[in-house]
Amino acid sequence: MKLLIVDDSNIMRKAIEKYLHDFGLECIGTAGDGEIALEMFREHLPDVVTLDITMPKMDGLSCLDEMMKIKHDTKVIIISALKDPATGILAIKKGASGFLPKPFTAEELCAEMLSCLSESDGM
Amino acid sequence: MNENEIKAFIKVLTDYFLNVTGKPAVMGVPYVKVSTTEIYDYTAIIGISGMRKGGIYFTANRQLIEGIGAHILGDEMFDDDAVYDLVGEMTNVIAGNLRESFGSTFLISVPIVMKGRIEDIQLKLKPPVFIIPIEWDGHRSHLAIGLE
Repeated sequence: MKLLIVDDSNIMRKAIEKYLHDFGLECIGTAGDGEIALEMFREHLPDVVTLDITMPKMDGLSCLDEMMKIKHDTKVIIISALKDPATGILAIKKGASGFLPKPFTAEELCAEMLSCLSESDGM
Repeated sequence: MNENEIKAFIKVLTDYFLNVTGKPAVMGVPYVKVSTTEIYDYTAIIGISGMRKGGIYFTANRQLIEGIGAHILGDEMFDDDAVYDLVGEMTNVIAGNLRESFGSTFLISVPIVMKGRIEDIQLKLKPPVFIIPIEWDGHRSHLAIGLE
């Protein structure tokens, strides 16, 4: 399965890639803003995306809208500091498969990814 | 800013350091910023808009930021770009987590990070600016809050 990691923090992109290493996903790349993320999404059509919200150029929720138009069965996990319930609900309504508030641990990210992938397997 | 709002900031800060590092940070008694309030090596500023207007900044020395980075990524070497990145991300998480208390109309900008002991960092912060002193793993830092 192809993975795209989107976050405007390079350290967070590295952390997410490191924490998810054992899932054996093929990381097709990382993006630091919504515009680059969409370009990479169109080119690679990933199966799984981790997506930050507060980013320059295009925020994650706008990016999510566009991603769902291109490939609606991609599993998108929103990973954001915006911890209020309304943001999480909005992300799910827009098509996100999961929502993980920052800060997060490796264990929390792996649990969220496992839940997301289990749903896609129909488990 | 009222007492409950200051408490919300302290809770977010306390939770951040504990959740990321497993080591608690000690919060000092908040006070109103004065001209002699110290600025540390790196400072990230986030503008606040929506129902509240103003801004916050988090300022810390390099050792503290590298210490946090080591908990996130392991024993990796942190160059200047990485330190800029991380102090911005820390401030983003602190500001974003405040929406749990302040609601979704608490709108935050992307962070702007500066290096050096900047003389006057009022910028978007609306006075009075409250300072929450933080000590973590022997390193001092603080969060400044200036909101209407």
